Amino acid sequence: MADVTLTVDGKRITAPAGTLLIEACRKAGIEIPAFCYYPGLSLQAACRMCLVRIEKMPKLQTACTTPVAEGMIVATETDEIKQARKSMLELVLANHPLDCPVCDAGGECELQDMTFKYGAGGSKFIDIKNHRDEQQWSPVVFFDRPRCILCYRCVRVCNEGMDVAALGIQQRNASSVIAPNDKTELDCEQCGMCIDICPVGALTSDTYRYKTRPWEMTHIGTICTHCGDGCKTTLGLRRSEDGMQIVRGDNRDKSGLNGDFLCVKGRYAFDFSDSPERLTLPLVRQEDGHFETVSWDVAIKAVARGFREIRDTRGGSSIGVIGSTRITNEENYLLQKFARGTLGTGHIDHHRTTDYVSFIRALGGQKGRFASISDTASAPAVLLIGNDPTEQHPLLAWNLRTNVRQNRTRLYIVNHREIKLTRQAKAFVQIGSDSYAAFASFLSGGDSTAFGESATSLRDALRQEPNLVVIFGSELRGADVETLVKFGLSLPDTKFACLGDYVNSRGAADMGLYPDLLPGYVPVAASGAMQTEYGERFPAQPGMDLASMFEAAGRGQIAGMYIVGDDPVERLGIAPETLRDTFVVVQDMFLTGTAKLADVVLPTASLYEKSGTVTNTYGDLQGVKKAADRAGVRTDLELIVRIADAMGHDVRKLVPFGKGVRADMGQSRGAQSGEADRHAIWLAAHNLEPKLSPFDPNALLDEIQRVVAGYDFDRIDLLAGSSPQVQPASAELVQIAPPSSRPDSIQPSGDTLFTSGTLGHYSEKLNEVQAFQEKKALVAAD
Amino acid sequence: MPTLVSHPEEVKIVSSRFGQGAAEIDRYIELGGYQAVRQAMEQGPEWIIAQMKASNLRGRGGAGFPTGMKWSFVPKQSEKPKYVLVNGDESEPGTCKDHLIFLHDPHSVIEGTIIAGLAIGAKMGFIYLRGEYRYLLTIMEKAIADAYAKGFLGKGIFGSNFDFEVVSQTGAGAYEVGEESALMESLEGKRGIPRIKPPFPAVVGLYGGPTVINNAETIATVPHIFRMGAEAYAKVGSERNGGTRLFCVSGHAERNGVYELPMGYNLKKLIYEVAGGIRGGRQLKAVVPGGSSTPVLLASEIDIGLDFDQVGQAGSMLGSGGVVVLDETVCMVEFALRTIKFYQHESCGWCIPCREGTDWLKKTLTRFHAGAGEARDIDNIRYLAENMLGRTFCPLGDAAAMPTIAFVKKFRQEFEDHLDGRPCPYAKKPANELVGV
Amino acid sequence: MSLTNISVDKKPEGTIFSPELAARFDKLVTLYPMKRSALIPMLLYAQDEIGYLSDAAIAEIAHRLQLTVLDVRNVLSYYSMLRTRPAGKFNVQVCTNISCMLRGGQELFEHCERQLGIGHKQTTPDGVFSLEEVECIGACSWAPAVQVNYDFHDNLTPETLDAILAEYRSKASQ
Ligand SMILES: Cc1cc2nc3c(=O)[nH]c(=O)nc-3n(C[C@H](O)[C@H](O)[C@H](O)COP(=O)(O)O)c2cc1C
Ligand code: SF4
Ligand code: FES
Repeated sequence: MADVTLTVDGKRITAPAGTLLIEACRKAGIEIPAFCYYPGLSLQAACRMCLVRIEKMPKLQTACTTPVAEGMIVATETDEIKQARKSMLELVLANHPLDCPVCDAGGECELQDMTFKYGAGGSKFIDIKNHRDEQQWSPVVFFDRPRCILCYRCVRVCNEGMDVAALGIQQRNASSVIAPNDKTELDCEQCGMCIDICPVGALTSDTYRYKTRPWEMTHIGTICTHCGDGCKTTLGLRRSEDGMQIVRGDNRDKSGLNGDFLCVKGRYAFDFSDSPERLTLPLVRQEDGHFETVSWDVAIKAVARGFREIRDTRGGSSIGVIGSTRITNEENYLLQKFARGTLGTGHIDHHRTTDYVSFIRALGGQKGRFASISDTASAPAVLLIGNDPTEQHPLLAWNLRTNVRQNRTRLYIVNHREIKLTRQAKAFVQIGSDSYAAFASFLSGGDSTAFGESATSLRDALRQEPNLVVIFGSELRGADVETLVKFGLSLPDTKFACLGDYVNSRGAADMGLYPDLLPGYVPVAASGAMQTEYGERFPAQPGMDLASMFEAAGRGQIAGMYIVGDDPVERLGIAPETLRDTFVVVQDMFLTGTAKLADVVLPTASLYEKSGTVTNTYGDLQGVKKAADRAGVRTDLELIVRIADAMGHDVRKLVPFGKGVRADMGQSRGAQSGEADRHAIWLAAHNLEPKLSPFDPNALLDEIQRVVAGYDFDRIDLLAGSSPQVQPASAELVQIAPPSSRPDSIQPSGDTLFTSGTLGHYSEKLNEVQAFQEKKALVAAD
Repeated sequence: MPTLVSHPEEVKIVSSRFGQGAAEIDRYIELGGYQAVRQAMEQGPEWIIAQMKASNLRGRGGAGFPTGMKWSFVPKQSEKPKYVLVNGDESEPGTCKDHLIFLHDPHSVIEGTIIAGLAIGAKMGFIYLRGEYRYLLTIMEKAIADAYAKGFLGKGIFGSNFDFEVVSQTGAGAYEVGEESALMESLEGKRGIPRIKPPFPAVVGLYGGPTVINNAETIATVPHIFRMGAEAYAKVGSERNGGTRLFCVSGHAERNGVYELPMGYNLKKLIYEVAGGIRGGRQLKAVVPGGSSTPVLLASEIDIGLDFDQVGQAGSMLGSGGVVVLDETVCMVEFALRTIKFYQHESCGWCIPCREGTDWLKKTLTRFHAGAGEARDIDNIRYLAENMLGRTFCPLGDAAAMPTIAFVKKFRQEFEDHLDGRPCPYAKKPANELVGV
Repeated sequence: MSLTNISVDKKPEGTIFSPELAARFDKLVTLYPMKRSALIPMLLYAQDEIGYLSDAAIAEIAHRLQLTVLDVRNVLSYYSMLRTRPAGKFNVQVCTNISCMLRGGQELFEHCERQLGIGHKQTTPDGVFSLEEVECIGACSWAPAVQVNYDFHDNLTPETLDAILAEYRSKASQ
């Protein structure tokens, strides 16, 4: 819309016509106070804090509901307005308990801040305040009515943002009260958005209540470790007996690609990292079959000895390596490099939850075809085939809802179930659970009556969409992905997203944790430069995939296994005998089913305890930062380097740290050794010699940027905290060979909103929420 | 059954059929009913609106907005259907006139609704009565059914090709629902929370369509305007205040009742002549001229004409026509407390100043009246009310603030008489009962 | 099993209302351009039939209008005539607002308290009467006024009110 010019406090400002005055002022640096106004949510005009004087209007006006108009003359801080705001605060405080010293929100409370600003501290009121006892609404949500100022933010975010509508307003007058949907409990997605959005301490979270004061915490912004959407989360940390403990996960600064949003896992399920079941000492199996805790030195030597012996006697190809969907790109990259270059094996794989390979191949090196997560919030049209984002990709679900609500995006859904997002859909076509492939070819113009009229009109509608984003789940694989992508490419400017499950599922794929593909989806046969880079042990033939490795182990063909951050034994139900004759090394946080069968178990740091990068399922690359700290554990990166070193491998060839500078192996920098070395990057940017340690992920990121197709993003973007998008398979890589007879080794995680693979078992809060939800589901069922 | 009163000074227009059995449709027709609507239908929308403007009829719901002007704001073209909404929520304390209209002359409301619909191009009208008026809904529903039976409502009314539906219902106990936008919310089956304005109902109203909302008395007046002729109607009243109005006299007058008098009729005359003066020959202390939300007038301030402009000049408002008469025995603190108690109870709770302001006014006045007041309370009460005024989301906040300010301003001495632990000087009860212990 | 079961609202089977009322509801929802508009009348009529708005009544009405139970509760708790707990057979509502107050409304209320032995929003042990102090009921010129259920009684004195209460009492025992 055209711009209009207005005058605010004597300053001329310009804003597009139709902009709300409060927004136009904020953009111009004039802050107008507000409780009830919240960008993106419906207007309330209830708190009356934003009152301003507009010339020619008889009364003060609410800036939160007034659109700017040409020539408008506005005053926002006159004595009259200050008095209005002061009295408004006096009125709120009249019934507000002044329990700030014990209130969770104390120190980050909008009411406190405004009272301070407008000097409404003194009370004119001496009568008794209305009181009600605090209530617990769910394992995670508490409500303190007297503190509530009735700004209705929570109700709106639940209704409009979440489309859950678990919160309402009941009674009227001063008895008005926010109420949960299931009598005295919340039956909802337990996302905690209501807590985050509450400007005061009326809604508080069980994980944080009465634990600490905001100013006693350190805040680190990092990436949530639970699903493939990769939300940014700000962790509040407090010193504990054996390190730094996470006491809060929230999203107050809204700076990440998830804006306001966090789901139940992002907000509460960080507590696995504080679980008493965490391993903190290396374990080595003794002759009698029992585990013994040993020193790091002993453990690493045992691993190195084991692997070297196997490699040197039976050949590298008798070792299998399994990487992780929850460790960093640097670690996964290093792991496969270690496997190929140090162990000399091609048997490398990871838990695949979707078919990224077919997806990348189908796009055939086209640029600009990957939909970033942010595209899902702005695209004018979206086709979602398969998956249930509400359960599996909560941020995607949030973005789609927001997009429909705010931009009237046309959302088309094809699924075998009536998923919750169909409520936002313009069209929904239900198909059989085994018909996804057929539907993909139907879209491309196949048998036009197979799916009925609604499908045909859906296809007709899609054909008119110039800027479609096609999102599909793991229901589509192999050639069917290609069929779908081909259909998409027949329309102008279509973008695509392929949904995988874990925080770094996509990164693991991009980093070449495949038996037949190198980093950047380069076929082993086309290794070229990478072969020289990795050294003479580089295996020329593709190796075995995850399932085959276990089969081979059972046959005695795999003598050693190195399993990092994964629990295939539990997931695939592998019988213990299978690994009887295999030397198994497991790196993990917990004594998982797989770890229980290991010969050596190395306790590792969680994603919240290390630095590096991860790539979400849309290809958005983000930096993770070391937040928590746990005595005893090591990062996977450090462990791989140490094992290589103990095997006698030249670590400078494995990690290209500071050319010519002798490594100190991190000792002199202690706990900081894993920290992203911004200084070093700065040095490099200025052509000075970086002095990285071999444990510094930045050294690996340099190499990744150099050799992995699509990772040629601008490093400064990443350091500035944004999320550059990676686009693997640049034009030069079109030669990827079709994976002809690739066995279907894709196993979706089957996670719901309240589960998170292996990690979820160790989150007490998540378990508690699950039990609560189960109880509700049972009650609802009978 | 409410008693009807009569006085020679009255000019019976809206009340002309009261007590005549006009709730029966045939009797209504006999008394000249359903003629105006036929005439309106012949002449068409522009003419109707021009007549309405010429009549100088101003809304009887309280604000006194010129009705013809309001109707003219409705856009001619609209994608969404347009509606007429009759506000029969009548809840302003001191007001009971719509009660009589629904009881004695329901067809006038139906006829007025159809005319309003013709004027703006609506095909549907709603008549919303307050929840307590259930027995009046029964009467209203019968009237509507009779009108349908006669072909005055439904498809092709009066044999024309014009369709018009009318639905009536009640609320369920909420004063705020009388506010026009809260009324629409309520009719849509929601909480009675007012809407953000603009857009105004004439543009975006019920179900998102342009809507004309008028008070029941306003609507019941409409057929009479066409029956009498707009000029003749206008001439009955005072300048810019056409016609008559139903005044509900209550409180300490000798002959309480609903009187229909020309706009601009003298208030003092109304009390002393029409309503027979103060009961038992007592002294007049004060008058609340237009329902509980209008600022109180001292006995010395009542020699004024009862129309929107003159009462406004006297520092109060004509409001809803509820004239509450207070004699010398009334404790003004107690009266203020009862007034505020009402607004506290009825605040919808949406906005801070009204929700919290009325709550604290009530608490403070309760304590104050019971004899536990402090000197600074008096100023605090006024401070609080003044800081609510003009800053609330809807006019209910003003309705609570305005009378409060007037009570403190005009009866400060009575407030001071309650200080120093002295219980209410007018109390018929001992102090401990006042405090409620 | 999905644990995000956000629609707790159970589908009621059949109807808990009388056939007449159920038929009336079926008609009501067709009267308005939007079904939901029937909500407040439905709540009132359900309350008239059952005496109060029980969980089952709320669930059925929510279902009929395709609303959530929460939504219905949000609305009903706003209106002062709607209740979720039973009241007496005859609900005596005494207006004490200004016009009635000036004419002895408060005294009338206290008189009822004494006569019935109950206070505001209480019910007699035999379930015959409940008492409520209410805001203006639109009978100001005929004050003081009392409503018993939906019936108006005006120009009252304690004595005439006693007679009226006695009449209701005898009605209750029939
Ligand atoms: C709090 C509040 C309560 C109101 N109650 C009523 C009412 O009960 N009846 C009524 O007709 N108007 C009431 N009004 C006025 C209406 O908002 C509206 O102005 C009126 O119905 C318009 O009709 P009119 O132009 O015919 O007066 C109320 C206004 C407010 C702010
Ligand atoms: S002034 Fe505010 S709280 Fe009061 S009734 Fe209006 S909107 Fe509701
Ligand atoms: S922000 Fe405008 S009224 Fe609350």
